[in-house]
Amino acid sequence: MAVHYLTVRCRVKGYWKYFLNKLGWFLVTFVFAFLLNFILPRLMPGDPVAAIVSRLAQGMSNASGVQAIYQQYADLFGTNKPMLEQFFLYVRNVFHGDFGLSFSQYPRPVADVLRASIGWTVALQFPAIIVGWLIGNTLGALAAYLKGSFDKILMPISIFISNLPQFGMAVILLVVFAVNLKWFPTSGGYGFDLLPSFTWPFIWSAITHYQLPFWSIVLIAIGGQAIGMRSMAIYELNADYVKYSRFMGIKDRKIIGYVFRNAMLPQITGLALSIGTMVGGALVAEIIFSYPGLGTTLLSGVMGQDYPLISASTLIITMMVLTANFLLEILYGIIDPRIKAAQAD
Amino acid sequence: MKHTLQQIFRSPKFVVGFSIFMAILLIVLIYPLFITDSPLKIIGQGTFFPPGIYVSAYDSLGAPKFTLNLTDAAAKRVADKLGDQERADIRDWLVADGIPETEIDIHNTEKLLEQWAQNYDPNKKIPGMTFAKQRYYQRLDESLKGLLSKEGAIIAQKNTETGALEEAEIINQTDYVNIDQVASVRVLPLGTDNFGRDVLTELVAATRTSLQIGLVAGLVATLIGLTLGLLAGYIGGTVDDIINFVTNLFIVIPSFVLLILISYSVGQESRGAFLVATVIGLTAWPWTARAVRAQVISLRNRDHVNLSKLSGHSIVHIILTDILPYIASYVIMALILQISSGILAEAGLSILGLGPKTTEVPTLGLMMNWAMIYQAHVQGRWWAYFPVLMTIALITFSMNLMNTGLDQVFNPALRD
Repeated sequence: MAVHYLTVRCRVKGYWKYFLNKLGWFLVTFVFAFLLNFILPRLMPGDPVAAIVSRLAQGMSNASGVQAIYQQYADLFGTNKPMLEQFFLYVRNVFHGDFGLSFSQYPRPVADVLRASIGWTVALQFPAIIVGWLIGNTLGALAAYLKGSFDKILMPISIFISNLPQFGMAVILLVVFAVNLKWFPTSGGYGFDLLPSFTWPFIWSAITHYQLPFWSIVLIAIGGQAIGMRSMAIYELNADYVKYSRFMGIKDRKIIGYVFRNAMLPQITGLALSIGTMVGGALVAEIIFSYPGLGTTLLSGVMGQDYPLISASTLIITMMVLTANFLLEILYGIIDPRIKAAQAD
Repeated sequence: MKHTLQQIFRSPKFVVGFSIFMAILLIVLIYPLFITDSPLKIIGQGTFFPPGIYVSAYDSLGAPKFTLNLTDAAAKRVADKLGDQERADIRDWLVADGIPETEIDIHNTEKLLEQWAQNYDPNKKIPGMTFAKQRYYQRLDESLKGLLSKEGAIIAQKNTETGALEEAEIINQTDYVNIDQVASVRVLPLGTDNFGRDVLTELVAATRTSLQIGLVAGLVATLIGLTLGLLAGYIGGTVDDIINFVTNLFIVIPSFVLLILISYSVGQESRGAFLVATVIGLTAWPWTARAVRAQVISLRNRDHVNLSKLSGHSIVHIILTDILPYIASYVIMALILQISSGILAEAGLSILGLGPKTTEVPTLGLMMNWAMIYQAHVQGRWWAYFPVLMTIALITFSMNLMNTGLDQVFNPALRD
């Protein structure tokens, strides 16, 4: 009893170590991403404030008037202060949830623009990636176990699909199901004649608009995950413990349970590492459907030379990816017994 | 070496991937030898001409005429102008005009046209009919004029002295020209794009640029990844700690975000294809670095490496002769993957509007971007985007197949 208690304490302690290590790493990457996010857009040649002023001041012949407008905007966005001061201003503002004012949609605050789009992106991408991961792993495991014609048909299809870029799948689904068959709407997150509200017509409209972007992300994820899971499962099926279990006469079903559990673990790490790429691809898919999420916002930021908007969107995207990554690693630590053991030593 | 190559080319996956890739490469290299037009030359006035053979209408007037008595020519001419939809529309108008429906037989072409000619009045307003529909009937009426006539079309010339039109030639309904004898014929196998450019020529040039971008991006990424991986893995200690820290940092921070930030910061003006490729390479190395490091660590304490160390060889020598050959197969596979993901990265960036500067070269991503901006997919102009998508998919598919094939040759455990 006492020994048992000790091992449990050791495990909990080991897990704590793992957790703190991951948390520390999460914070470090976050700070670094934050720095990059501040510095890179500000290296841009050309003066964004001058760009807005020239747009606003079209037709104004009064030079001192233009100068006054310029000064006002430069003060507003803080672009005329030294870099370091701008940085501290930025840090303070970000922690207050204030990303400044959007250049292209002036005088709307960036936080306001983003608030409208984050929900759409999160509600679209994370369920899609998780569903794609689940279906893909199941199919991959089945392909490894059943072999034969199931494997022969599934694998080439998966390889081909996973090689399509996300936006390619998006365009194909859009053309087939929205333009030709007219089963789903072609663009947007809800009907253009509706206002977001908790009414039945709006929810129904949002659901129909959701289908195509959702499945375009799911299908791509299925392809990639199925391939990974298949080779993992084949590797595990050939492992010594499987052969040994067979000699021992353990039932097939039970062996497969072990195999899949072991093959699943690297797939979780794989998901953690590829989630950034997946989110990136899905953002471009959003653009194809004009889905009102971060991808479309980012596009309008690029088109409008709107660096507060771009910098805030990329910061939010990085934060989302880093958090998802962190959560997956925590989950991995809970599932994989080796981690507790390794840390407790 | 010869043996390895033989083995590689016996892998069916590699051979299929290799053939697809070589076919694409050959088309890219040979096509410009025959069609020397500049890929971004605007030839069409208007957007999205459908694929087909374009025959100069002016030149076919001057081409030698042949008389062919084809019985179905008249029927085809009528069917082209008067399909089932048009017949139903004519019936609707006539019914609205007050003619009893029983008197109209939409399959009797002659009678239908006669009724139409007698009753149709372009200025008559039918209650409840939209203006667009009214215009549609006016256009329909124009196109039906002279549909059943047996007369030829008259070509007239302007008399330079009197300014009057004089009959120069009659083109009979039985006159045909041989397409080979028409002076100017242009085949547009994939039509034109939104700016009126030949899509096929553009696509070939774009594929070439995208492959170059992929190659540069892949080389940059692999070179950086390989160098850092070798240093970290072989030297170890503090160097390893630092490199490993940076690698792990860049693996978690999404490279897509870095790509957007850097491309945006560089600015539209200086963003050439080569620069975009380099930027893609600069954000893609961490995977290679991590994998190379792991491989080198497992090699570092092998006997032959230790022997080399004892013999007093320099680090460079040991890395080049005792370590690199062992990870060469892996590095080549990583390079192939980097090239294909570089091509995809360029496409994604271009759709976001951050692609290479548009005036000089087309890339696959830019073509996709233009097609999307001009709503080719919604308008059903498949030739503007579908061939581009297929090219991207075929390139990445072929490279991945080659990679899987190589993997199976080098890692026997993966063989089926």
